[in-house]
Amino acid sequence: MSELMQIHEHFKVRWGMVIDIDKCTGCGACVMACNTENNIAPSTDRFNRLRTVHWLIIYKLTNGKTGKEYDEAYLPRPCMQCENPLCASVCPVVATTKDEEGGIVSQIYPRCIGCRYCMAACPYHARVFNWYDPVWPKDMEKIITPFTSVRPRGVVEKCNFCHHRFQKAKEEARAKGQNPLELEEDAYQPACAEACPTGAITFGNLNNPKHKVYKLSRSKYAFRLLEKLGTNPQVYYISKREWIKKVADNYLEHQNQKG
Amino acid sequence: MIDEKFIPEGVERCSFPKFMAWMFFLLLILLIGIIAAIKILWKGLGVTGLNNYFGFGLWITFDLSVIALGAGAFFSGFLRYILRIDELKHILNLAVIIGFLCYSGAMMVLALDIGQPLRCWFGYWHPNVHSMLTEVTFCITCYLMVLTIEYLPIILENRQIIKNPFCHHLAHNFHVFMPLFAAVGTFLSFFHQGSLGGMYGVLFGRPFAFREGFFIWPWTFFLFILSAIASGPLFTVLICSLIEKITRKKLVSYSVKELMGKISGILLCIYVFFKIIDTYAWATGVLPKMGFTFDQMFNNVYGKWLLWTEIGICGIIPAIMLIIPKLRRIPALLYIAGILTCSGIIINRFVFTVQTLAIPVLPFDKWYVYIPNWTEWATSVMVITYAAIIISLSYRYLPVFPQEKYLNSK
Repeated sequence: MSELMQIHEHFKVRWGMVIDIDKCTGCGACVMACNTENNIAPSTDRFNRLRTVHWLIIYKLTNGKTGKEYDEAYLPRPCMQCENPLCASVCPVVATTKDEEGGIVSQIYPRCIGCRYCMAACPYHARVFNWYDPVWPKDMEKIITPFTSVRPRGVVEKCNFCHHRFQKAKEEARAKGQNPLELEEDAYQPACAEACPTGAITFGNLNNPKHKVYKLSRSKYAFRLLEKLGTNPQVYYISKREWIKKVADNYLEHQNQKG
Repeated sequence: MIDEKFIPEGVERCSFPKFMAWMFFLLLILLIGIIAAIKILWKGLGVTGLNNYFGFGLWITFDLSVIALGAGAFFSGFLRYILRIDELKHILNLAVIIGFLCYSGAMMVLALDIGQPLRCWFGYWHPNVHSMLTEVTFCITCYLMVLTIEYLPIILENRQIIKNPFCHHLAHNFHVFMPLFAAVGTFLSFFHQGSLGGMYGVLFGRPFAFREGFFIWPWTFFLFILSAIASGPLFTVLICSLIEKITRKKLVSYSVKELMGKISGILLCIYVFFKIIDTYAWATGVLPKMGFTFDQMFNNVYGKWLLWTEIGICGIIPAIMLIIPKLRRIPALLYIAGILTCSGIIINRFVFTVQTLAIPVLPFDKWYVYIPNWTEWATSVMVITYAAIIISLSYRYLPVFPQEKYLNSK
């Protein structure tokens, strides 16, 4: 990886996610919770997967075998909140940054000019563009929450681990006289983690040994997507199935997979 | 002729009605593009063929191509004013006009391409110094100003305008300071041509584009500069020859074109040499490190044929044709070499823009194909038509070709 593009910033708090693929049923509750929580308007091209404005999508994985050997899995993909976010270094107008304690990659909608260079840079396709004006069908606009700003046409957006919940948790901690940098695990949970009926999504501070993600992310079954690229995602996956770990990154025949 | 007093002295031009018919034809095509542009600005980029996978498409390919092909302006200026190759003065005016049109055209396309055109000034107000695109934004804007300054004296030399003493002196003073502008233009152009390549080279999440490099510059930075200065002068020669074909006049002596071909040929040889080394290093070094094979970079749509065409048919062959004096002395071969070189550069910009995004990086993802729709084509053609209109007007009313009178009096 180009050294120029590395952002050498280390955070005391690193909010991260560990998604247990073996527990995910692909039900889509996380996607719906995300869409509702973050005021994502129904997509105009909702049947065109390349045009939908979803921050969290679910990939269906198969092991490529048939019959009894056939196996499948579901992989939810939020923004990876990379430790070396290429999107942030390429943005010409500083509309996306990784400079806040917590390590969440921000997206500043009023700053974004919609050049889509960040989308070209992100290998995870975590970034989506507002191709049309956001329109809610009649009466559906009542579900718009006051916590997240509605984005206009022509800007890029992405998952921010429900940052407004993070803000709220910090405010509450300050009000209680607690240190906002030492939030309890339950004080801040994104909508997807909260909504997951099987508990496949675990969220917390990757640096805090009291948080479940600390141990889970260090499990021998844990892996990240495209680790070879050096983006260092703050989103981990867990699976005991070898083939799933294998499809998490690209390997040449002679290269050994991680795990 | 109704406009005779505006036409440069001693040259022949077609009748005014014929010229108007030509302009009407161009304006008609322009109108289709304007309709598409209005639709895009009114309805948003949803009316284009772009999507979340192909955030960059025809427009960015078009921009990068015209900026590379427009490099003839700065490079000819550099050769004429800095290296003092005097013969190039006969084609320099045209090179400047082409450069101006390429850069202003690219700006128009960019204004459509960004999702929030009203925020286009944010690039200057909130620049991210780490982004190659910031450097491109600044240099292109500054260079367009330089090109405007270089174009202005050509306009001021119109037969009627030059009669005004102020315009006369202004044109004269611009000419006096032209070497300074040429130097500034050269500096700016080297950097933004390079940064356009750097924009792709830094994408370490995209195996097709990513390159190692020197200090902060990936190798694509240098390759983009080389390819632009190799193709730019040839593009100027091709446009000149096209104008000659349409007007049925000799405008620039063949020796000047041949000299441009020779300079391009030398640069093309250097470029192709490094491009082959770069491709080899990428295929055997960069890709395996990222866990990819060379074969994985291609499919049946974006196939290896693009690479072989770019390096072989549009790289090695024209380089040979241009470097051998006997071959480049034959006009047809010089023009064919020019067309091949420019096509190769367009293919290069296309694959770096589109193929980069088409390749599935996530192992469980798949290839996608990008097909631009009519709005993208119409607006791109609109910019070409705009260029045709400005060149037509410049040719008719401005003394663009110093040799024209002499070459056509024989």
